[in-house]
Parts: sequence; structure tokens; C-alpha cells
Amino acid sequence: MASIPIEHGLMLAGVLFSLGVVGLLVRRNIIFMLLSIEIMLNSAGLAFIVAGARWGQPDGQVMFMFILAMAAAEVAVGLALVLLLYRQFKTLDVDSASKMRG
Amino acid sequence: MLDLLWLVPTIPFLSFLFLALFGARVSRRVVQLFGVGSVGVSALLTILISLSFIGAPPEGHAYTQTLWTWIGVGEFSPGVAFHLDALSILMMLVVTVVGFFIHLYSVEYMADDEGYSRFFAYMNLFVGMMLMLVMGDNLLLLYLGWEGVGLCSYLLIGFWYKDPVNGRAARKAFVVTRIGDTAMAIGLFLLFTQFGTLNIQAILQKASLQWASGSGYAVAAAALLLGGAVGKSAQLPLQTWLPDAMAGPTPVSALIHAATMVTAGVYLIARTNVIFTLAPTVQAIVAVIGVLTLLIAGFTALTQRDIKRVLAYSTISQIGYMFLGLGVGAYTAAMFHFMTHAFFKALLFLGAGAVILAQHHEQDMFEMGGLKDKLPVTFWTFLAGSAALAAVPLITAGFYSKDAILWYSLTSKAGSTWLWIGGILGAFITGLYTFRMVFITFYGEQKMEVEHHPTNTIKIPLIVLGALSLIGGFVEMPHSLGGFAPLGHFLHSALPEVQAFHHGIGTELLFQLIAAVVSLSGIYLAYQFYYKPSDVPASVAESAVGGGFQRFFFSGWGFDRLYDILFVKPLLWFSRVNKRDAVDAIYRMIAYITQGFNFFFSRTQTGKVRFYAAGIAIGAVITIAIVVFL
Repeated sequence: MASIPIEHGLMLAGVLFSLGVVGLLVRRNIIFMLLSIEIMLNSAGLAFIVAGARWGQPDGQVMFMFILAMAAAEVAVGLALVLLLYRQFKTLDVDSASKMRG
Repeated sequence: MLDLLWLVPTIPFLSFLFLALFGARVSRRVVQLFGVGSVGVSALLTILISLSFIGAPPEGHAYTQTLWTWIGVGEFSPGVAFHLDALSILMMLVVTVVGFFIHLYSVEYMADDEGYSRFFAYMNLFVGMMLMLVMGDNLLLLYLGWEGVGLCSYLLIGFWYKDPVNGRAARKAFVVTRIGDTAMAIGLFLLFTQFGTLNIQAILQKASLQWASGSGYAVAAAALLLGGAVGKSAQLPLQTWLPDAMAGPTPVSALIHAATMVTAGVYLIARTNVIFTLAPTVQAIVAVIGVLTLLIAGFTALTQRDIKRVLAYSTISQIGYMFLGLGVGAYTAAMFHFMTHAFFKALLFLGAGAVILAQHHEQDMFEMGGLKDKLPVTFWTFLAGSAALAAVPLITAGFYSKDAILWYSLTSKAGSTWLWIGGILGAFITGLYTFRMVFITFYGEQKMEVEHHPTNTIKIPLIVLGALSLIGGFVEMPHSLGGFAPLGHFLHSALPEVQAFHHGIGTELLFQLIAAVVSLSGIYLAYQFYYKPSDVPASVAESAVGGGFQRFFFSGWGFDRLYDILFVKPLLWFSRVNKRDAVDAIYRMIAYITQGFNFFFSRTQTGKVRFYAAGIAIGAVITIAIVVFL
């Protein structure tokens, strides 16, 4: 099996992460922000898998399992928050939920 | 008998505690019983102790009773200990006996006052503190009493605190004496660093061994102690508080501001006489202060209208005589004058109080008059006191004590003609202002109805003190009149004898004659001016020069105004300018900076999730950049 060089994998992970960050910062729709966070989590997972493959260790895949579980939990909570936000403000714009500021 | 010594100050203290805690709840009878009774028991005990001391003098003519160690810090362990010798016995006798009669008098004088128990509580506390002052065997205990009597003086001057004028007078007395007390405290520090102890007898012994005559330390210590004495005894330049202290009730003026507390300075100098002997310059200053004070206060007393202010200035003047005596080394003569002065000045204040009570609380002498036949007991006893104050020869106590001081101011090795001339001029003025007061108050037309006729509780103190003012001088007769002097003999066991040039009895008689003639001529002049209808005083007051002097003297030689301009006004100005304390600026700055940070960081609290996320992202980028590139 022709191995993919580690640099390529890490670069892909970096690009995905940056896309996630940018998406998080520029999107105002909270669902898109959650999606961006998922992208960032997956990019981190990808980085683990690539590193695990490079060293021939299972730890990377174990970590990915963790991340996957955590992302599922996070999405469950996040979607609950989305529902509450929508009930409260009748919109999905996060900037509308800026009342609690000092 | 001597081991009962501790009871003498304890009884007034206990009575004070009782009156302070329960005084408002018990009847006036009980207040009287405790207030007067405690001082009476103290006086009886003092008399018994003195008799047993004189009958069988302890070894070294001194007895020390140590109750417990007050503070123990390394080498420094002042005890609560009482020292009994001739000097403290004399002071204790005067404080308790005269104090008892003044307390008795107060029973009636203060009868209508709502602060009855408060008054007696303060008075008892005062007696206890004063006893502490004179009995303390170390300077720290003495200082405790010294500040304690100052506190009582403050409380009692401002006794009628509802009138702001009284509170002002009380604060003035407190602050002005505090200046002297600070000097004294520094003096105590100096003595402690030099000798490692504050025990008076030990200090006196070590001082004469360690310090040469006129050495710097001796001069500094003596000058600092003198500062304390000057403040407490209302001498130049700190005399301004005493006339205002007359704002208090009259028995207070009699007890604190005439008989006892103001003479604490005299006691202090007499007690530490060794230090003053080692500093001849300071001792000379003591004499000069005495003479200047007695003249300034005498001239001021000449022009006063308020009977209590006349007596206040006269007190300053008489303490000036005591300082003169101390300054020329005639310690026994000064203490003798202290004793007779306590008798006749307490009497005069009590008499003045009876007059004030009879005249609807009027204190202006010119509103009184013709009281001679209306208040016979008050008049005759007041006359006896005035005669003693004016030093009427032979029959009054004041003559013997003042004459002793005048004689030694001339013949002592530290004396001089100038001091004597000052003293004799003072005697003339004393006669003049004393009988001016008597004639204006008791003779002439009656101007006001007599409201209050004194009963026995006022009469008895007046009569007893009147008798003492007349016969109290026979315990110390000059050489020319037999030289019967048990008091001087007794005091010499504690105080050094005066170093005087020897003069024959003829010379002494001659100078006594001069003193007698001078004081009598002062009285005669008062008789001419104020008994007979005379327009001399009025015309003098109306003439340009005379009126100027009159106003100058009336204001107490302008000292109050001078101090106002020199100290009070600048201080007030400075405190106004510095209302926002300069030091506080530092702390205000800290508050400003904190507020600034708060403002800045509270801006970042936008409530926008994306803003926070950006913050995290930028922070992460910066952190990684630092880790990677540095």
C-alpha cells in the first residue's frame, strides 16, 4: 500500500482546521458555527490518524474514537442550545444573544 | 499602717467605677455618699499614714510599696509601686484633704445639675489619678497619673458640653498641655536610654554619678521635663489654657485648676530636683519663667471683669512664685507656697462659687456688689483667702510662704536682685488686684438680689479652708520670727536645702518689712481706687495710653492672638489647602488605574460568541507563534 506522506495528511488537517476557524468566525448562523466546530474536531482527528499511521501505533485511532464520542455529545448539547436559542429569539443569529455583557 | 498606702488611691478609683457604672441608677444620696465619702476615707487614711510616718520614720525617710510588676520587657520592668516620702506625703495630704472639702462643697453647688453622678465620677477619678501622680515611684506611673489628670481636666472643663464654648475651652486646655506632655515624654525616653530605668530614685542617684554639672544630657533632660511642667502648670509660654479652663464648674476650678493639678509641674521639678541642679542654666530659666509669668499674669488679673478669670490669672501668677522658688533652689519654700496656695486659692474659688450661686450665675464682678452683709460667712472667709493671697503680714499663711520665696530669690546662690524686684513688684500687683476684686464684689451698692444662701455643706469647707489660710503658715516660720519650721525640717528629708548666702536676722527682718509694706500698699491703693468713689481707674482706662494698656492686659498680653496668628491660623490654612491629603494621591492613583483596567476589560465583554472565539483563536496563534519562534 503506497503510503501517503505525513506532510500531506498534516497539511490537509491544517487546512481543514483553518476552514473550520474561519467558518466559526464569519458565520452568524449558529448551525453553521456548530458545523465549523465539527470540521475543526475532525481535522484534529485526522491529524491523530495521520500521526498514528506514521508511527504504526493504534493510539491515534484510539484518540479519534474519543474525539468522535465527544463530538457526538457536543452536538447533542449544541443542538439543544440551538433549539432554546430559537425559541427565545426566533432567529438563529448568535449575535442576537448578546444581552449578558458587562 | 504604712502598708495601707495602696488603699489611698484605690478607694477613689473604686468609687469612680461604681459611679460611672451605676451612678445614673442610684439616688443622689448614694452618689454623695460614694463621691464625697471615698475622698474622705482617702483623706483619713492619708492623715493616719502621715502620722505614723512622722511618728516612726522608716529607714532612709522613705517607704516603697510595690504592688505588682506593670510591664516586664527585658530589663525594663516598671512596677505599680508607690513611693512615700516627705514630698509625696505633703502632696497627698493637700490633694485628699483639700479635695475632700471641695467634694463636700460640690454636694450643694452641683445640687441642681443633671450630671450629678457624672460630676462626682470624674472628680473621684481625678483624685485617684492625682494620687497616682504624686505617689508613683517610677516616671511611667507618674506619667500615667499626669495624663490621667489631664483627661479629667478635659472632661470637667467641658462638663457642660452642650455649650460649644465649653467644649472649645476643654479642647484648648487639652491640646496646649499636650505640647508640654510631649516634651516630657521625650524627656522620659531620654532618661530611659541613659539610665535604663524609669525608677525616680534610681535615676536621681545615677544622674548625679554619671552626668557632670551642665553636661548636654542633663540640660536636655531638665529642659524637656521643664517643658512638661510648664504646660501642666500654665506657665509662660503655655499659660493660655488656664483662663479658658474656667468654663468648667467652680469646684473643678478650685480643685484642678488651682489647688492640685496645675501644681503638678511644681511637684515634678521638685521631685527631679537633682537633674535640675545638674543643669544650672535650665534652673535659671525656671526662675526667669516664674518671674515673667507672675508679672504678666498679675497685670492681666488687674484688668479682668470675670471673677473666676481674676482668680485664674492669679493662680498662674502664684504658680509663677513657686517656679521662682524652684528656680533658685528653694524647693521647700516652693512646696510650702504650694501648700498655702492650695488652701487659699481653693477657698477663693469656693467663695467665688458661692457668690456666683447667689448672683444668678453672674460672673462679672461689676454686676455684683454690696454682698458683705448678705453673705457674711462667704465674705469673711473670702476676705481671709484674699488676705492670704495678698500676703498680709504675720496673720496669713500666704505671707510666710511668699516671703520665704522672695527671701531666697535674693539670697540664694542662684538668686539675683532682678528676680527679687520682679517678685516684689508681683506682690504689689497681687495686693492690688486681690482687693480690687474684694471691694468690687462685696462693697458698694447691691446690684442684684441674693438668690441662694449657702448652707452648711458650703459653709464648712469655706470656714475650714479659711482657718487653714490663716494659720497654715505657722508651720514654717522664718528665722527672724523664731525659726519654728517643722515643715521645712520634714521636707528636707526628701528635698535638698537651699544653697544661700548667710545674712543676719536684721537684714532678713528689713526685707520682710519691705515685702510687708509693698503688699499692704497694693491693698491700700485698691482701697483708694475701688472702695472709695474714685475716677482714677475709669480715667486711666479712657486715656489713650492707659486704654491701650488696659486692652492689652485684658487680652492676657495678646498671647491668644499671637498663637492664633502663629500656629492656629497657619494650621487651619494648611489643613484647608491639604483637604485632599497629598499622601492620599498615591492611593487614589491606584484606584484610578484599577478603574481604568476595569473600563478597558469590561469593553471586551461584548456578549458576542464570535468575538470570544476570535479571541481564543488569536490567543492560540500568538501562543503557538511564541512557542515555535522563540
